Amino acid sequence: MSIANYLVLAAILFTIGAVGVLVRRNAIVVFMCVELMLNSVNLTLVTFARSTGTVDGQLIAFFVMVVAAAEVVVGLAIIMSVYRTRRSASVDDVNLLKY
Amino acid sequence: MSPVVIGTGETIVFWVLAPIALAGALGMVLSRNAVHSALWLVNTMLALGVFYVVQEAPFLGAVQIIVYTGAIMILFLFVLMLVGRDSSDSVVETLRGQRIAAIVLGIGFAGLVGAGVAEATRDTPVTGLAAVQGGGSSGARGGAADGNVQAIAELLFTRYLLAFEVTSALLITAAVGAMVLAHTEREPGSRQSQKELSRARFLTTEHPQTLPGPGVYARANSIAAPGRLPDGTPAPASFSTGVQPQVVDELPPSRRRDGGPDAALGTIGGEP
Repeated sequence: MSIANYLVLAAILFTIGAVGVLVRRNAIVVFMCVELMLNSVNLTLVTFARSTGTVDGQLIAFFVMVVAAAEVVVGLAIIMSVYRTRRSASVDDVNLLKY
Repeated sequence: MSPVVIGTGETIVFWVLAPIALAGALGMVLSRNAVHSALWLVNTMLALGVFYVVQEAPFLGAVQIIVYTGAIMILFLFVLMLVGRDSSDSVVETLRGQRIAAIVLGIGFAGLVGAGVAEATRDTPVTGLAAVQGGGSSGARGGAADGNVQAIAELLFTRYLLAFEVTSALLITAAVGAMVLAHTEREPGSRQSQKELSRARFLTTEHPQTLPGPGVYARANSIAAPGRLPDGTPAPASFSTGVQPQVVDELPPSRRRDGGPDAALGTIGGEP
């Protein structure tokens, strides 16, 4: 076993998250899939930090977590306000900007 | 510095937790109920937290469990409950064939990237963090810093100080933004007072009084309604002084026959 196992696992998790973003319709579930993608990238960063013997990768993962927390707060507030006006949390119902 | 050999224990941890993480991710994408999706994602995130701890990043592991599975997923569940648990996904495809295309592309992407990464990094030596933060597999202290948290703090407050400060601005902006987005403006004077609510209730409904509580053998809580004896007749002892006893509405006959409270007690009509 080498660090390639962790990296391949992270790649697969990232792909599952990306497919989820493309496939799912519920905005909250789409958000969770984005979180999964961020998490898999964090796993890659931590793995490479250990491989190269520096802590910088862990720090970048830490900053990713902070940005993800801020993103979740704002995103969920947007979903709430969209739900309040349109009575739906589906991404298909938010299509006023389409035309 | 000689490369670290990944031990048997870590291999076992990986092969136990990697399927759990994968199952969590797949379950999140595949489950129809959004609450189930959130719980599957918690599964994956906990497994990833253990991976961080195993890979000499105990601080990130703790942050992962506290921030992600503790705070963020609870936030997700709160919003799910606010939006409505039953607002599940529609199965209708708005773009024809999009789902199949996404799955095929995903499998292709995972295969290519996974194979490429595996091929490129198979023999990458693992330097390990023992020289930087101490500890690790050798258990030796006395790296540049005295531990993982100290090593992270040293970098965070020197080389990444600017990023750290910008992060605080980002967090404040996010908090203010969430408050602005979630705030609802109410028309001044549109809120009804208790007096207006009470008046509206008495003007619209036919029975302004509260109904008798469950389990109470009474059809009304008016003082004029006499109490009932077990055979259904009014009890003379319960007549109020100065008030004419009133006949209270009986239950409709259909309910009396099949399974009404009186039928169950066998008190009305003499039927067993």
